[in-house]
Amino acid sequence: MRKILFYSALLLVILASPFLFPDFRTQLATLWLMIIVSLTWDMTGGQMGYNSLGNIFFYGTGMYVAALITIGMVHPVGEYTDASRSELMLFTDGQYFTGVLVGCLGAGLFCAVSAAILGYVTFGLRGPYFAIGTLGIAIAAGELVSNWDWVGGGQGIQLPVYPGNLDIGKLFFYFLFAGTGVALFIFCKWLYGTRFGAAVNAIRDDEEKAEAMGIHTLRYKLTAWALSAFFVGVAGGISAFQLIHFEPLETAYQTINLGIFMVVCVLLGGKGTLWGPVIGAIAFHVIKEVTWNYLLGWQWVALGALIVVTVVYFQDGIMGWLVHKRPEWFGIRVEKKDVGEEAA
Amino acid sequence: MDQILGNISLLFQFPVVNLKIVVDGLMIGAIFALSAYGLALVWGVMNVKNLAQGDFVIAGGYVAWWLAKKGMPPLLGVPVAFVVMWGLGWIAYKLVIARVIERDLFTSLLATFGLAIIMAQMLNLLFGSDTQSIQLQYDTLYLFDGFVDIPIAKLLGVLMAAALAAGVVLFMKNSRMGQAIRATAQDARAARVLGIDTEKVYSFTFSLNAAICGAAGAIIVMVWVIQPFYGITHSVRSFVIVTAAGLGNLPGVIAAGLGIGIAEQYGAHIFGIGYQQAIAVLLLLLVLVFRLIQQRRMRQSLK
Amino acid sequence: MKKPLSLLGCALGASLLVANPASAMDCETLTLGSAISLTGKYATNGIHAKNGYEFAIQKIKDAGGVKIGDKCYNFNVIYYDDESKGDRGATLAERLINQDKVQYMLGPYSSGLTKAIAPVTEKYQIPMVEAEGASRSLFNQGYKYLFAVLSTSEQYLASAVTLAAEKAEESGKTPSSVKVAVAVENDPFSLDIRAGVLEDAGRYDMQIVVDEQLPRDLSDMSAILTKVKLLKPDLLIVSGHSKGAATAVRQISEQKISTPMIAITHCEAADVVGNFGESANDILCSTQWAETLSYEDPLFGTAANYEMEFKGAFTEYAEKTVPYQTAQASAAVYVFKDAFERAGSLDKEAVRDAIAETDLMTFYGAIRFSEFGNNIAKPMVLRQIQDGKYNVVAPSKFASHKVNWPRTPK
Repeated sequence: MRKILFYSALLLVILASPFLFPDFRTQLATLWLMIIVSLTWDMTGGQMGYNSLGNIFFYGTGMYVAALITIGMVHPVGEYTDASRSELMLFTDGQYFTGVLVGCLGAGLFCAVSAAILGYVTFGLRGPYFAIGTLGIAIAAGELVSNWDWVGGGQGIQLPVYPGNLDIGKLFFYFLFAGTGVALFIFCKWLYGTRFGAAVNAIRDDEEKAEAMGIHTLRYKLTAWALSAFFVGVAGGISAFQLIHFEPLETAYQTINLGIFMVVCVLLGGKGTLWGPVIGAIAFHVIKEVTWNYLLGWQWVALGALIVVTVVYFQDGIMGWLVHKRPEWFGIRVEKKDVGEEAA
Repeated sequence: MDQILGNISLLFQFPVVNLKIVVDGLMIGAIFALSAYGLALVWGVMNVKNLAQGDFVIAGGYVAWWLAKKGMPPLLGVPVAFVVMWGLGWIAYKLVIARVIERDLFTSLLATFGLAIIMAQMLNLLFGSDTQSIQLQYDTLYLFDGFVDIPIAKLLGVLMAAALAAGVVLFMKNSRMGQAIRATAQDARAARVLGIDTEKVYSFTFSLNAAICGAAGAIIVMVWVIQPFYGITHSVRSFVIVTAAGLGNLPGVIAAGLGIGIAEQYGAHIFGIGYQQAIAVLLLLLVLVFRLIQQRRMRQSLK
Repeated sequence: MKKPLSLLGCALGASLLVANPASAMDCETLTLGSAISLTGKYATNGIHAKNGYEFAIQKIKDAGGVKIGDKCYNFNVIYYDDESKGDRGATLAERLINQDKVQYMLGPYSSGLTKAIAPVTEKYQIPMVEAEGASRSLFNQGYKYLFAVLSTSEQYLASAVTLAAEKAEESGKTPSSVKVAVAVENDPFSLDIRAGVLEDAGRYDMQIVVDEQLPRDLSDMSAILTKVKLLKPDLLIVSGHSKGAATAVRQISEQKISTPMIAITHCEAADVVGNFGESANDILCSTQWAETLSYEDPLFGTAANYEMEFKGAFTEYAEKTVPYQTAQASAAVYVFKDAFERAGSLDKEAVRDAIAETDLMTFYGAIRFSEFGNNIAKPMVLRQIQDGKYNVVAPSKFASHKVNWPRTPK
């Protein structure tokens, strides 16, 4: 009963917040983006023990795929992105919204497939090699795209502006992100309770033993990464429409921005928990917005310091700290001998 | 595509170009090898994979650049950068690295990444985001009708890199500390049992690494360019070299460094200079995949 | 869970109060906004543009301000540093509009930054007059609130290609025997320059022997110049803003490149004459504006007068040629003044319509916008550095000197 109350209150907050803070709709939408990428990073990083530094690859690829699908359905892409084009190439309202729908879903699917293909190679790498390898993929992808004329190269891609009222447009993107985020959260909640979740946790705890017990680890690893890539791809697609213009190195494949932020969010909130990434993303986003406004110029130093402090001193994150301080909130009964016991 | 084929045919049409590429590659590769050796040291001794490696290089470059701007002879910048970065390395060790040695490897990776972001941004705030270099007033040797140009400054840089590497090797072989470092790399627990203060060894090793990087940076600023955000590419290069060469294998590190230097120059010639960063990173992926295939043959994974 | 955000909201709200410095006269303040590159690879030109804005604002103030109805106003610009990065430019534009409540924008520096910011101003329907974004890709999106006072980038080096063809014919060869090498930055402006050159070269059936992109930081193009040395083109085109121009001139002389005709952009902005002296001789430079041209308006006087007064106000330019980036920035402010006065109100739709109907003669040249927002009333000119002076050599209508060909590097 308390759970139902809690979740419906939460839903109310989600629905009401863009109306309560109309000036911060864009920031709130970005907050949802952070929540989405953090939750997806935790699917492999926290739950499976494979720490990718390259999940931003799916974000950038999602942006490009969504944009290319939208453009490709209406105009020839090469002509649209040509630096010397002088005639107008416009989109009708119908074409725009079809583009958003088909583009974002297509972006998700494309990313899922590419995760399965890339994972086939990279999952042979363990620990830090996996992290470096995935980071390499993300950096390389950005560099290659910036040299690829057909998709606009270094000039990036320009999408049409949201047709119609500006305020409605902001709500549109808020609810696209929020909807994806809520769907992802529910999906994760369900997934971690299934056999799949248990198998993935087993891989994290000891991959050799898991394999010995007959779990086809590669298959689980690929599926988990593909699922997380799907949602990142969708989020990337939505971002593409929200940002309108994006370019490969700083916006799409922004390795040292969002690519690292998602990892920090998860560590800050608590790795391998359902709520950790959400809480971490909110905390991180607030800190980021505050530093960006009040420490302009020093914001990166502050963020770097936050990363170091989180990783070095506070690795269990907010959730880990809460579990330690208030075990009863998590249904853990602490007996006098300090033995924690998981209650059903 | 035509461009690429055209560029390849240039290599055959004008064989002297190959010579220029190889010479350039060797000169730049020698300096890559230096910071890679530092990484191999830290990796081998304390099992820390330092993603801030490149930022130590760049920071050392800025030390030398700043001093040269203040009127100091540029060549003196190398030893000064060595000393300054030693200090900075020691501070970084005490604040961050000392606390991640015993933890899992991803922790050290991420912590040093945070360190890298801080350093890059501090340099940006202190010195601005323009690319900088020191123009040395030495002649340039023109060989083969002017096609191969070897600036004496670059030659000096390579010589200094070689001297530094030789110095470090001699130190590791002969000094007490060098022996202690090697003992710790082999088995930290055994070293501790035998009375080696591993904590001291660790802080010394990390400071030494930062110092080597700093000196490498001071050379790079004379023969090439630096910019606050170039650290990551240098880190990637160090990783490529160490991954390709393996740990504790100095000749291997040097060979890999020179090889990477030449491979990058060839790549930039064939695909165009716009691909320079991409090539550095793709080489890393290539080396990883290659090592992976090697390991798979032995039914192991790359840890 | 949203509580921290509401706190943040209060904190941000407090930062909205922007202090407007009281003007010397009794005019009210009219605030414009601009995100501009004060650091990063476009910093040199960002500062040129900012100086141009400030100079025009001061001139307008001295001349009695902007008269709207029976009131008078002085412009004041809120600047933010975009660090030469597009994503940051877009964020700052949102901030100017949402938090600083700016209703009118002046452009950033470079096509790339303008491309990042224009969708934002378009989304919020904020009129933006920009002076530094020339790529045609800005004017094929159907934007209604974007206006550019400068000529689009494909025109920058078109006359260099024509010149190369003429010189080939003079020396008894066909234009199709001309070999062209192109090295440009990977950004919207330079890619459009490249596209323009390739189109023109294609018209003469010239052969493109090198077609490469400069490295991102624009600091070392020696690998490209090695190829130039081997393939001996007749025309070398380099475009990469000030940074690219400086690197090109330095390395062309270091590597002793003897191409008979070299055309680059942004010579004045990079002050290649001041920085590299004789090595810059005989290089062709495209320019939007030259102080020797016979343009005139009531506010700034003639083009030559503009140059003189500007050097008086900004003494750091005393020894240099005033770059056109500065002149066109001043022209953009002038367009705003003219539009406000014609609109007779501060209503941004009325101002937008007034800008769209601009038909203005300025010291910078004529300004009239196409329906896509680019200026179609002003030609580009080509200058050559002859003994340290910038002399107009093409198109023939404006030429004051004959072109030196082939180049004679020292």
